[in-house]
Amino acid sequence: MELNGAEILIQSLKDEGVEFIFGYPGGAVLHIYDALFQQNDIKHILVRHEQGATHAADGYARATGNPGVVLVTSGPGATNAVTGIATAYMDSIPMVVISGQVSMPVIGSDAFQEVDMVGITRPCVKHNYLVKDVTKLAETIKKAFYVATTGRPGPVVVDVPKDITAPHIKVPYKYPKKVSIRSYEPTVSADKGQLKKAIDLLTAAHRPIIYSGGGVVLGNASKELTELTHTLGFPITNTLMGLGAFPATDKQFIGMLGMHGTYEANMAMHESDLIIAIGARFDDRVTGKLDLFCPYAKIIHIDIDPASISKTVKVDIAIVSDVKPALEQMMELIKESDKKPSKKALEAWWKQIKEWKSINCLDYDRNSNLIKPQYVVEQLYQVTKGNAYITSDVGQHQMWAAQYYPFDKPRRWINSGGLGTMGFGLPAAIGVKLAFPDADVACITGEASVQMCIQELSTALQYKTPVKIINLNNRYMGMVRQWQEFTYESRYSHSYMDTIPEFVKLAEAYGHVGIRVEKPEDVRPALEEAFALKDRTVFLDFITDRTENVYPMIEAGKGHHDMKLRVALGTSTDRELA
Amino acid sequence: MKHIISILIENESGALSRVAGLFSARGYNIESLTVAATEDATLSRMTLVTRGSEDVIEQITKQLNKLIDVVKLIDLADTAHIERELMLVKVKTTEKTREEIKNVADIFRGKIIDVTPTSYIVEITGPSDKLDSFIAAIDAKNIVEVVRSGATGISRGEKGLHL
Ligand SMILES: Cc1cc2nc3c(=O)[nH]c(=O)nc-3n(C[C@H](O)[C@H](O)[C@H](O)COP(=O)(O)OP(=O)(O)OC[C@H]3O[C@@H](n4cnc5c(N)ncnc54)[C@H](O)[C@@H]3O)c2cc1C
Ligand SMILES: Cc1ncc(C[n+]2csc(CCOP(=O)(O)OP(=O)(O)O)c2C)c(N)n1
Ligand SMILES: [Mg+2]
Repeated sequence: MELNGAEILIQSLKDEGVEFIFGYPGGAVLHIYDALFQQNDIKHILVRHEQGATHAADGYARATGNPGVVLVTSGPGATNAVTGIATAYMDSIPMVVISGQVSMPVIGSDAFQEVDMVGITRPCVKHNYLVKDVTKLAETIKKAFYVATTGRPGPVVVDVPKDITAPHIKVPYKYPKKVSIRSYEPTVSADKGQLKKAIDLLTAAHRPIIYSGGGVVLGNASKELTELTHTLGFPITNTLMGLGAFPATDKQFIGMLGMHGTYEANMAMHESDLIIAIGARFDDRVTGKLDLFCPYAKIIHIDIDPASISKTVKVDIAIVSDVKPALEQMMELIKESDKKPSKKALEAWWKQIKEWKSINCLDYDRNSNLIKPQYVVEQLYQVTKGNAYITSDVGQHQMWAAQYYPFDKPRRWINSGGLGTMGFGLPAAIGVKLAFPDADVACITGEASVQMCIQELSTALQYKTPVKIINLNNRYMGMVRQWQEFTYESRYSHSYMDTIPEFVKLAEAYGHVGIRVEKPEDVRPALEEAFALKDRTVFLDFITDRTENVYPMIEAGKGHHDMKLRVALGTSTDRELA
Repeated sequence: MKHIISILIENESGALSRVAGLFSARGYNIESLTVAATEDATLSRMTLVTRGSEDVIEQITKQLNKLIDVVKLIDLADTAHIERELMLVKVKTTEKTREEIKNVADIFRGKIIDVTPTSYIVEITGPSDKLDSFIAAIDAKNIVEVVRSGATGISRGEKGLHL
């Protein structure tokens, strides 16, 4: 079969099984768009800004586990995509981004809409390619998907000069079934010797804790993690990225850890004598001050990326492996082993944890006559029966979503953790809804974040992706304001806007339903109304208590045992209890 | 401590910038970097000299290995190895100093490869610290120009870096 470059590109994507392309046209990709026009298998989702394309593809990838695919033009189209590429990179999300480039003969001449996309994205991609030969195009696409989806996943950019896709240059097409790259061989299974050493530590521990993260979600190993946790009987905490990998309503789950983690999770980390880290990368939001991190613990670390191991925290036993086979192998060995964790020690440990838990660190004023953001999230949980896909933006609302919506399944909680990209939530929700049209999809956002990709409301209308936008409107960049309250004596420097749009009208202008909610008693009915409108995108503008803060909080330079807790019920405060 | 890291990398455009970019992005220092194709035209060999604590060097080698284009690498500090660097030094000469400079060059097994009425160019090969010593041995005010290739290295005996 002879095809031109544009056709090869589209046919390769088809052969790769791609369902959706999120994109935006322009000069350098016109040949490709022409080829797209002449086929019906792949659905192209026309976004309103290239950042939206990357976030939507990212949301699709996080919810399904399949790589997200993006198509943008050269120059500004490509640079607009960079934030979304970096977002995917930081959270290890598989994504293939095809960017148009100026024609080969003019590369380097400051041609119209030329940017060095390979150079610009180099530090925020797993890998990138510039295609210089049309006969290499299909193979390059195959490699891009292979690299993006294997090992520690990540975004891959394929930069395609316009002349490579020229209609009149046809070459034989064959999509490779497999590729191998001699310089890239991701580790798969674990070293048995290391696993045995790990099991010796696990069974000898008195105050053990499982600290698991996004790697379990990425590696589709929730089942294995749950089984192992149940077998061991240990307490388990998840990172922000790991939420849902272990059921949050399970008795052994003690909440998220880290900066805004629960008191019991952070105290348990601090006091533990053994930590088993599974697909988590000891991020600074998790560890707090490094020299105060887990002073009594030995550490076992399972991770597919050797560079994640002993990067910030030195570990005692490193297990480089894909998480699923590692946990399977571990279960086998535990079953065979005659060593068992001490029941008595575990009982005492659980007793201690329950004591920590009894302070109810997530309690808040339920009698306020203002809408508490936490209450909105709790009600959302009830209305959606805990079954929704929840995307979020970045800020206080993100933390409340993580704290008050217990996720029992992986891939339901979709947020930007590593880069912390405001603007992520809405386009991500659209990507999720396209993948799961029958599921409830809600975006928990703030009035500042949502404005960063608000234009995608238009995309939601065009492709009939009825998502529910839960805007926790505190008329502040709440997260910034909170830090200013705590560390800058409440000098609220530019953390609010004097003009906030009327979101109801805005939603209506985009052809959607807008509902403004000002009283606590209206929260539940409004949510029910919104979710009853099955085929409409609904923008719920909750006017919340603007002084509310996220607790607990580990402030900069502090250890896990040194958390700032809410003092009295109700008002925000900067006095310390603990 | 000084480490010489030897890298086999795909001979593709951009491969060098991936390595250089990694070092600048992560704040590692590069003392020198040399690169050229090998007997296999699809592979380049890069020699990188860096300094850092054991932890930093461990991260550097892991991060380098993580680059898709990197095929293999070794840290020569871990094995018996030979290190060589080439240096060209232009030295100001006068009737009086010629003899003395030539003597020093001889001691370091340097060669004088160019002579003008007022200058010599001395070529010296050896481990980097030998080149340092040569420079220290020449009166600084006579040195006009120093060009160093950066160190390259190879491990001794059976062990080595090849496909
Ligand atoms: C406002 C804000 C506040 C935050 N507060 C907190 C907080 O309080 N607590 C918190 O936890 N985070 C918080 N974060 C998120 C934080 O910045 C990090 O993104 C997060 O902690 C990283 O999660 P992780 O360790 O699970 O790693 P991820 O980024 O999910 O990385 C996954 C790890 O698993 C490995 N991996 C990937 N695939 C596999 C596989 N198949 N097998 C084995 N290993 C694999 C990877 O190599 C990597 O090391 C916050 C973010 C924001 C924006
Ligand atoms: C693109 C981007 N710019 C700036 C920031 C820094 N930042 C983090 S949270 C935040 C405020 C978010 O405000 P809002 O969306 O209203 O959420 P809230 O904290 O009020 O719930 C800002 C500015 C960011 N994370 N992303
Ligand atoms: Mg806000």
